Amino acid sequence: MPGHTVSFHPDDRYSAFLRTVAEAPCGEGKLGGIRVAVKDNISTAGIETTCASRILQGYIPPFDATVVKRLKREGAAIVGKTNMDEFGMGTTTENSAFGPTQNPVDPSRVPGGSSGGSAAAVAAGIVPLALGTDTGGSIRCPAAFCGIVGLKPTYGRVSRYGLIAYANSLEQIGPMAANVTDASLLFEVIAGHDPRDSTSLDCPYRHIPDPEIRGVKIGVPEEFFGEGVDPRVASVVWDAISLLERKGAEVITCRMPSMAYALAAYYVTCTSEASSNLARFDGVRYGPPADTKRPWHEAFQERRREGFGEEVRRRIMLGTFALSSGYYGKYYAKAQAARNNVRADFERLFREVDVLAGPTMPTVAFRFGEKSDPLSMYLSDILTVPANLAGVPAISVPCGKVERLPVGLQVMGRWMEDERVVDVAYAFEQGGSA
Amino acid sequence: MQPSRQGGIIGMITERDTEHIGQLADIAIHREELASFTSRFNEILEYFDLLDQVEVVEEVEERAYNILREDEVTPSLSQEEALSNAPGNEDGFFKAPRVM
Repeated sequence: MPGHTVSFHPDDRYSAFLRTVAEAPCGEGKLGGIRVAVKDNISTAGIETTCASRILQGYIPPFDATVVKRLKREGAAIVGKTNMDEFGMGTTTENSAFGPTQNPVDPSRVPGGSSGGSAAAVAAGIVPLALGTDTGGSIRCPAAFCGIVGLKPTYGRVSRYGLIAYANSLEQIGPMAANVTDASLLFEVIAGHDPRDSTSLDCPYRHIPDPEIRGVKIGVPEEFFGEGVDPRVASVVWDAISLLERKGAEVITCRMPSMAYALAAYYVTCTSEASSNLARFDGVRYGPPADTKRPWHEAFQERRREGFGEEVRRRIMLGTFALSSGYYGKYYAKAQAARNNVRADFERLFREVDVLAGPTMPTVAFRFGEKSDPLSMYLSDILTVPANLAGVPAISVPCGKVERLPVGLQVMGRWMEDERVVDVAYAFEQGGSA
Repeated sequence: MQPSRQGGIIGMITERDTEHIGQLADIAIHREELASFTSRFNEILEYFDLLDQVEVVEEVEERAYNILREDEVTPSLSQEEALSNAPGNEDGFFKAPRVM
């Protein structure tokens, strides 16, 4: 049905969207006429794309990201751009320059972040599918907090062309949906090789979720239930793992010593990459203008002070410091050694088990303002960052509730075995019925 | 960079250091923000000290590669498209603040 459109006038009471398309073009295909929401750090030709930052206000990409092209090729209707922590820097979506998003499950709480708008749009039933991006948990955290499914694919399986970069070596675009089958379908559409992304792998995803998990070995690292994990969350997740055991999986407890410094390694790495990536925002090629009457550095510095929020400025400066001469060895080089050790831990464990399981987040969704201290917000990413450091696939699937707030079960798999984490999540979702 | 360390506890960064990092990063920091940025930095950097203990146990192969393509000209943005978001342009060029 070329030339057709889908009308979109949602009741966006949770502020999931930054902007919507009232009449969205659509076509035929695997997603023919389906409404899909896209996180606002993914370029959409002709639709303003801001990364929820004032520094990109008014920016209208002249091209589509590869994932958006792929959605359109399968007939999807791109109905809007979703709210997020500015440039993906946050765990709550409170760092959006345009105001926070509420969690549809409990509007007094955050939806998680940084893909909070995408998660809220799906959880509120406004769209069945949404794209998020995950640098250190930004798909899985909001999926867990809002009670939906989110997958961070193997690094390289989805093209990053047209994703406005924050930390290139860590981030992936991935699917968010109300259930595993829908997330799997969206992943099928966006995965595949793209010559425009030099880290893209030629490994398409064509898979129907299979709930048969007899004989699958599930490793449970003790560290995933360590200090800071709410015992009520731990208990719900252990129940979920027991259900998988009853369905025929073998559960093996194990250790992951690199968890001791994985979070520090992650934050040094992502801030370092951010300090370089975000240097391009200078008010010359896009965004509100720099004052061309003033000297370059002065104009540039003032534009960036006004255009970036506090957390973005903090991370750019942390990264600049970590890469500066005299400190590079202490921070960046050590972080890369730690990253190597995280990969080594995964490789060792994956010789003995097929997947690793644990909670996605240490707690349920925070109240607004609860994580106003940056370090305490960073610490809540401890369970999600290892998969990004190692580039392995990880999924979050709703597995129960603590006082009516959703809890996510996280399943991580071997490099390129996204199919298996999807299957384990699907087996859980099917419950005791199989 | 060699921060001054003046007036700070050893291993801590000072407000002067914060100002200097802001300069390196091309981000202006206003006077009234200096104290809070500096204390947050010190909390975070103290946490990063965990990395001091890290030694590589076993070298693992890097899975992510940059795959280079042939240097062939392929269609890309037109000049008009490339300039379409520039707040200022003149005769087909971007307009930027003066360098000197």
